[in-house]
Amino acid sequence: MPKITYISHAGEKFQIDVPNGESVMEGAVRNGIDGIVAECGGSCLCATCHVYVDEAFLPLLPAIDEEQDAMLDSTACERMPNSRLSCQIAVRPELDGLIVRMPEYQK
Amino acid sequence: MPDEVVIVGGGQAGYQIAASLRTEGYAEPVFLIGDEPHLPYQRPPLSKAFVVGKQDQTRLLLRPESYYAGHQIELLSGEKVIGIERSTRKVRLKSGRELSYSKLVLALGARNRRLQIPGADLDGVCYLRTLGEAVELKQRLEQAHDVVVIGGGFVGLEVAASARSLGKNVTVIEALPRLMARAVGTSISEFIRSAHAERGTEIIPDAHVAEIRGCGSKAKQLVLGNGRPIDADLIVIGIGIVPHTDLAHEAGLPVENGIAVDEFLRTSDENIFAIGDCAQYPSAFSGSRVRLESVQNAVDQGVSVARTIAGKPAPYAAVPWFWSDQFEIRLQMAGLPHGHDRHVVRGEPQSGKFSVFHFRGAMLCSVDSVNRPADHLAARKLLAAKTVLSPEQAADASLDLRIL
Repeated sequence: MPKITYISHAGEKFQIDVPNGESVMEGAVRNGIDGIVAECGGSCLCATCHVYVDEAFLPLLPAIDEEQDAMLDSTACERMPNSRLSCQIAVRPELDGLIVRMPEYQK
Repeated sequence: MPDEVVIVGGGQAGYQIAASLRTEGYAEPVFLIGDEPHLPYQRPPLSKAFVVGKQDQTRLLLRPESYYAGHQIELLSGEKVIGIERSTRKVRLKSGRELSYSKLVLALGARNRRLQIPGADLDGVCYLRTLGEAVELKQRLEQAHDVVVIGGGFVGLEVAASARSLGKNVTVIEALPRLMARAVGTSISEFIRSAHAERGTEIIPDAHVAEIRGCGSKAKQLVLGNGRPIDADLIVIGIGIVPHTDLAHEAGLPVENGIAVDEFLRTSDENIFAIGDCAQYPSAFSGSRVRLESVQNAVDQGVSVARTIAGKPAPYAAVPWFWSDQFEIRLQMAGLPHGHDRHVVRGEPQSGKFSVFHFRGAMLCSVDSVNRPADHLAARKLLAAKTVLSPEQAADASLDLRIL
């Protein structure tokens, strides 16, 4: 199972095994990690699962579609070039080792 | 004496205020009481990914069990509050236990409106609100051939889309002349009607069901008011919900269409709040008292009351928004259309991507979008900022709404 590392704003690290096919958001929520809120449950509707993706993994992610692009303009913390909604990152074997940093707040 | 917060109701609103109290740094005891036997879960997928088998039960949970203990939230699942004693600030539970509260939050939710016609209690007639009902519906859908949905609102149409995507024969019966009439305007109703019709679902507007006939105890056929029979081995009823207000009423709190609260979501008792589907509050957006049934409403009201209890009170002023997914169509609504007197369309309905902007006088009051997420997001911001937007600007699809 791919390992995903979530780093809180305060610098705390959580390493989680996330099954292929689940989203990076679900990996956090199912393990009760604070820092990812996911109000809408992964429907790309609320921008409360915002993460900053480690640059090395950006080329492995799918392009940002129109819907995610609109949502990323509504994040509570500043949008950066490596900003993504974690509900839109489906885990697959190549993402083993993925590192995401969580913003200070989501709402 | 600790300042206990007791939250009655373990749905989206109840979960949210419990979680937000901790996010806001509230350190006193928090009790979260839900009468369903499960951990708090998400309802929106029940009519969609869950019933078609794309999202299993564990993936519905809002948080794992360990979250509650880890955040010092005492979760009492399968437990029910049967009475509130305001004079002593206590609630009585079905199990016989009593809990003291400093602040009480009623996140009681709602129950399905029942269809009162002959045969409505036959086997094969289902409702959908709870996970328990969704599990039953999913099992029945696997066996069913002819599915009839009574009620062309969001839940009914989402179930209809799910059933059709599983290859079932699907009929939707709606009492009003058009679909989702309470929530959206005529052009969206028509777009959604034709989307279902094109995929092979029969939509029957302006019709009511006179009776459901069975073979033994099992539903087999229903009969419309005009006498037309329709075969059905599964009937799903989605004709709205009724807010749970009895507990508040019995405690002497004012109840209208929902438990009456002020702009801080407080009842007439300053220590008792009501949030989510069961609460009727004064909306800054419609200028009237409203009761809304949505995830956004449950979440934002939970956050708002958590902040008030944690000592950072502010009137509730979030922009209402809603969504519905049917087939590959995403319908998103922002604001409240109450009392609108003008609307304009942005984009081409024939393209399958358009929005309808509703105005009340000179003010934008709501925007319904079909597969135009950027319009929806822009609308939420325009409504929140009360930005002045003319109907001509709204209709000009070449104008970037984000720069206003």
